Amino acid sequence: MDAPITGAQAVFEKFPEEPAVKALSSLATDAKYDRAELTITVARENIITACQAVQKAGYNFLETVTAVDWYPSEPRFQITYHILSHSLKRRVRLIVRLSGDDAAIDSITSVWPAANFYEREVFDLFGVHFGSHPNLRRIMMPEDWNGHPLRKDYPVEGYR
Amino acid sequence: MAPAAPDMVIPGIDDVIADAELHKHGTDPLADQTMVINMGPQHPSTHGVLRLVLEIDGETVVSLAPDIGYLHTGIEKTCEAKFYQQVVPMTDRVDYLCPMVNNLTYCLAVEKLLGLEIPERAQYLRVLLSELTRIQSHLVWLGTHAMDIGALTVFLYCFREREMLLRIFEGLAGQRMMTSYIRIGGVSLEPPLDFYEKVQEFLNLFPEKIQEYENLLSGNPIWINRIKGVGYLSAADAIALGVTGPPLRASGVDWDIRRDMPYSGYEKFQFKVPVATEGDVWTRYVLRMQEMRESVKIAQQALDGMPEGRITAVAPKIILPDREQMKTQMESLIHHFKIVTEGFAVPAGEVFQAVEAPHGEMGYYVVSDGTAKPYRVHMRNPGFATLQALETMCKGRLLADVVAVIGSIDIVLGEIDR
Repeated sequence: MDAPITGAQAVFEKFPEEPAVKALSSLATDAKYDRAELTITVARENIITACQAVQKAGYNFLETVTAVDWYPSEPRFQITYHILSHSLKRRVRLIVRLSGDDAAIDSITSVWPAANFYEREVFDLFGVHFGSHPNLRRIMMPEDWNGHPLRKDYPVEGYR
Repeated sequence: MAPAAPDMVIPGIDDVIADAELHKHGTDPLADQTMVINMGPQHPSTHGVLRLVLEIDGETVVSLAPDIGYLHTGIEKTCEAKFYQQVVPMTDRVDYLCPMVNNLTYCLAVEKLLGLEIPERAQYLRVLLSELTRIQSHLVWLGTHAMDIGALTVFLYCFREREMLLRIFEGLAGQRMMTSYIRIGGVSLEPPLDFYEKVQEFLNLFPEKIQEYENLLSGNPIWINRIKGVGYLSAADAIALGVTGPPLRASGVDWDIRRDMPYSGYEKFQFKVPVATEGDVWTRYVLRMQEMRESVKIAQQALDGMPEGRITAVAPKIILPDREQMKTQMESLIHHFKIVTEGFAVPAGEVFQAVEAPHGEMGYYVVSDGTAKPYRVHMRNPGFATLQALETMCKGRLLADVVAVIGSIDIVLGEIDR
């Protein structure tokens, strides 16, 4: 296994021709190339711009939107987007870090309508708010459910 | 940007109904009357636990909102509390019609984190079983889809052939459905002696059975009228809505992960990827029938070219030792004890691994923090995204068409609700 390449500058120098790198060179705050997977971190206010940029660069298909809870570390939430390119046969992972006190980000449903269910899932199970989402309501849990089960401070067997 | 949890207001499904009831179109108040009905969760065509809130004008679908979560098992949360190897049996239960493919996706993701090299024999066995699972899953789709539309004979025929496959799986793994046969680092057991013979028997028999199903359906006027031109989905909509697998290829997008981003040695196999452009229920039917024929070809190649050698990678601290070795070698016994009681640590990192499952793209996103339990496991299942496209496919069509369209997306609620 090759050693991972970390840091935006190192990754960008290694893959100057990669379309996602070109598209995000001004927006990326961090980057990583590990186990043949490219990960680019962007700031939360830039997520829609970043998605539009990679979409324009040929990454046409949104595979998933999900989150990781790094509780009790801060920034607590990591929102992860996996985006695939049918023509390049490659995928890129976009990451946004959110603090636990202000877990809110813009919805990318305007770029990919496919994000609709995924963002609802993250909202339901992690309690992250997606601004301008067309239908932000719980998707898995009952409406009156207390808490967000995939948060790390939520017990595996529930509160009951 | 709106404020975050915990004091946010969460609207409920009742609001969907209220929204739908308020839905007005036209200016004549008498012409505006639409009706909201529930289809499911107990309706047979919604396969158990899917509820559709439909707004209909006469028999025409005006809007459609899927309400899921009735089967929510919390499987992703449970995975975080298990050792890496204990997650394998959980993955069987996600999409219970293709357990082998679920096992494979998860194992490939963990192997990528570990940097494990898988022996060729294990890879061939994995490919063979993935393809048999695809046939098995497509048989359930065809049987239930035809039954939804009223053709009971096909259902019985499909389950007859599926039974042969389930018996093969039972002989191999000791289980008919929840096989857990594919393990991190390889596969769990050397196949029994009659396994290859039984698979060959099935592969010899099956092509004429596909012909038999087609004889029953393809020229049948009821079948044709119910599905031809129904549930249209354009290529642009399919991509925008995250649709994968046969529905994506039926809309004209030539994409198959087995061919385009090969895994587990698929690049060594010769097969065609059926693609069509009509994008309706009929095309999805035709495409899946062709896929079954291709799966027979791939399985035959795997059987013919099955290499000799190990079925697991060389990694004594990750893979359970051979039973016989354990009885005679102290070190093997220690490895066994430690793997079972403490698991094995996986280097920190995150990976996403996708495979072409029978229903579309199945992906596992596994995050490791360097301990013996996964920090996060996210499952990207094809049905979850395809369900979002249901409204696009059904809007403006008749209520009865909804049944045909649900059948054509090959819905498995276990993977959608998770």
